[in-house]
Amino acid sequence: MSTIRIRNVRPYGEDPTDLYVRDGVLVDTVDDPDETVDADGLVALPGLVDLHTHLREPGGEEAETVATGSAAAALGGYTAVFAMPNTDPVADSPVVVEHVWRRGREVGLVDVHPVGAVTVGLEGSKLAEMGMMAASPAGVRVFSDDGRCVNDPLIMRRALEYARALDAVVAQHAEDHRLTVGAQAHEGPVAARLGLAGWDPTAEESIIARDAMLAAAAGARLHVCHLSTARSAEIVRWARGTLGGARSGFRVSAEVTPHHLLLTDTAAEDYDPVHKVNPPLRPSADTEALRRALADGTVDCVATDHAPHAVEAKDCEWSAARPGMLGLQTALPVVVTTMVATGLLDWRGVARVCSEAPARVAGLADQGRPLSPGEPATLTLVDPEAAWTVRGAALASLAANTPYEGMEMPVSVVHTMLRGRWTVQDGAVQESGEVQGEVQDV
Amino acid sequence: MTVADGTSTGIGLRHLLSTEALRRDQAEALLDTAAGMEQALTGRAVRKLPTLRGRTVVTLFYENSTRTRVSFEVAGKWMSADTINVSASASSVSKGESLRDTAATLGAAGADCLIVRHPASGAPHRIAAWLDRVGHSHLGAEGHVAVVNAGDGTHEHPTQALLDAATLRARLGRVEGAHVAIVGDVLHSRVARSNAHLLATLGARVTLVSPPTLLPVGVESWPVAVSHDLDATLGGDAAGGAPDAVMMLRVQAERMHGGFFPSAREYAIRFGLSQARADRLADHAVVLHPGPAVRGMEIASSVADSSRAAITEQVTAGVHVRMAVLYHLLAGEDVA
Repeated sequence: MSTIRIRNVRPYGEDPTDLYVRDGVLVDTVDDPDETVDADGLVALPGLVDLHTHLREPGGEEAETVATGSAAAALGGYTAVFAMPNTDPVADSPVVVEHVWRRGREVGLVDVHPVGAVTVGLEGSKLAEMGMMAASPAGVRVFSDDGRCVNDPLIMRRALEYARALDAVVAQHAEDHRLTVGAQAHEGPVAARLGLAGWDPTAEESIIARDAMLAAAAGARLHVCHLSTARSAEIVRWARGTLGGARSGFRVSAEVTPHHLLLTDTAAEDYDPVHKVNPPLRPSADTEALRRALADGTVDCVATDHAPHAVEAKDCEWSAARPGMLGLQTALPVVVTTMVATGLLDWRGVARVCSEAPARVAGLADQGRPLSPGEPATLTLVDPEAAWTVRGAALASLAANTPYEGMEMPVSVVHTMLRGRWTVQDGAVQESGEVQGEVQDV
Repeated sequence: MTVADGTSTGIGLRHLLSTEALRRDQAEALLDTAAGMEQALTGRAVRKLPTLRGRTVVTLFYENSTRTRVSFEVAGKWMSADTINVSASASSVSKGESLRDTAATLGAAGADCLIVRHPASGAPHRIAAWLDRVGHSHLGAEGHVAVVNAGDGTHEHPTQALLDAATLRARLGRVEGAHVAIVGDVLHSRVARSNAHLLATLGARVTLVSPPTLLPVGVESWPVAVSHDLDATLGGDAAGGAPDAVMMLRVQAERMHGGFFPSAREYAIRFGLSQARADRLADHAVVLHPGPAVRGMEIASSVADSSRAAITEQVTAGVHVRMAVLYHLLAGEDVA
């Protein structure tokens, strides 16, 4: 395998230096490298890890495929994504998760880790074959019914207990569905004025509190998906503190999406469902609290909830539209806008919330690693000065449902490398192929 | 009054999607024109004005509503427009055609105006945005298909609020300074939203009277007072005065079984306009109801049939108001 010199790069935005790659691993130095890349002014970060991606394959290939979603991920600086199981068929069996995992390997642009369903068909009533999914080649370690909440407290308790033995984490879409029947937008003055049925934040907060208590009692690991309110963050803080001394093995982690850091509920005012998402966009008091919670570590990481939808699922009346928005190619710039430009995080902090923390939550050994000799050459190079304007049609996803259409993004991903191989160079996806080196799942 | 001679009357209205977005001068112009329409028609043997001859008005109704559709249709016909009715059950809608395709088809087929009723809040806004994005050759470079919201989900029903304001003007002689109590299911009511905004714009004082379960979270940001006690409101509030008008909202059957209140009986006792309550009203006070009324539930039959009730006047005012809306949207500045 080749040797590469990345010249004059700024790891974590710090002083310029050279990085060297040999056989997919970062090394101290290389004499006479096969390839030298001039990285003047570029910031190097460990490859980004997304705990929450909808790749839509199988069953939703009109909106996204493993191939197009992988390309979008690599262009966004990602080297690993977790593909949510709400596909058709649902990824609730070893066969489906293995299929998605193999498709990811064939495409080879990013490590695709299937998330297994917690319950059969995401129906919330019967545990899916979590152990067999964990033992399959896909090595599933994250389970979720995302899109639906595991609403039944007894099923949730059993799932948490069962996952403990698999060294797996249950990622909960926190939404008490009894409180959100027909809900369309954040319950508050904007929805009241627009005549949109309100999504009560208590539906999210009460489930987070309940699940944290169940996980503490079970000594299990709970991950809170797309946390969206100030009080949700407070509950996570409380769970870590008050419940922290519970049974060993207990851990609660949480993610926030870029759109909940930037956009607010007033975006619904033109009734364009490109802004319809679940959980809904919240008022600015929440976005500000979520930024602080991400900065202080209460919220561990950023996850995109990248949710491609075909045109007809969005170009319609609000209540008929599917919830969700694209995120992979805009996540890092939105984090820079909301966290770096505001002084809440530096580039070290970005590496933490976009790479190291999510890798740790999911138990990935070879992602989110330091940019140090002996570590995998899995990284992304960002131009912190190269602004660009979002055009949905120009994104790599098959779908174009970005809420940032026409918005200027402050930074650009220039190159992405997965275990020593370029997946993106000069902003262009590199020819895909069999993944070189072993994919580690645990 | 400029309708009869048809001179310029542009008030800067492209669509009528909500009363929230309506300025006071626009609202008053619409009400003045509606009054003018009534005068222009009074005493005519043939109730037909030539104003919209050659114009095509399409009603696109995704919910049944005989009274609103007929009112718009009569308004169009009395102004010599060609009116066409499309209803969800009778058209390609039931075959699954998207709202966008339906709107585009009707625009391309030559509609000058689409009057839309839809169960989804914001549907008329979406249609207006789609139609504004494409040109329509039959309307010329400057023309556009005007969209009128005839009731969208739980959002707004602007012509209902205009006809209520027209009725209040006729009965009370004014809207400014009047105290109007709106009683009932505010949460699900597009009539309440449109009236709250329009009455506030016109300088009236509004009190919403409703159990907390039938008020939207966030109502505190509306330009209204809120009460949970109908008797207290009828007795006069802190701002000084009993209502000059009481507007009763319909309670839909599905709400009665939706857990929003314990029983129809309890609702009628606490929030119904009984004869005893009506007797406490000032002599000049008006009772309004957008119809169809559930007699014995939100309003006693004797009250609905009393001279205090303006229910049939509301219907008549509805035609004049809708004529005014069509006039300002379609005749506008360029009427000959």
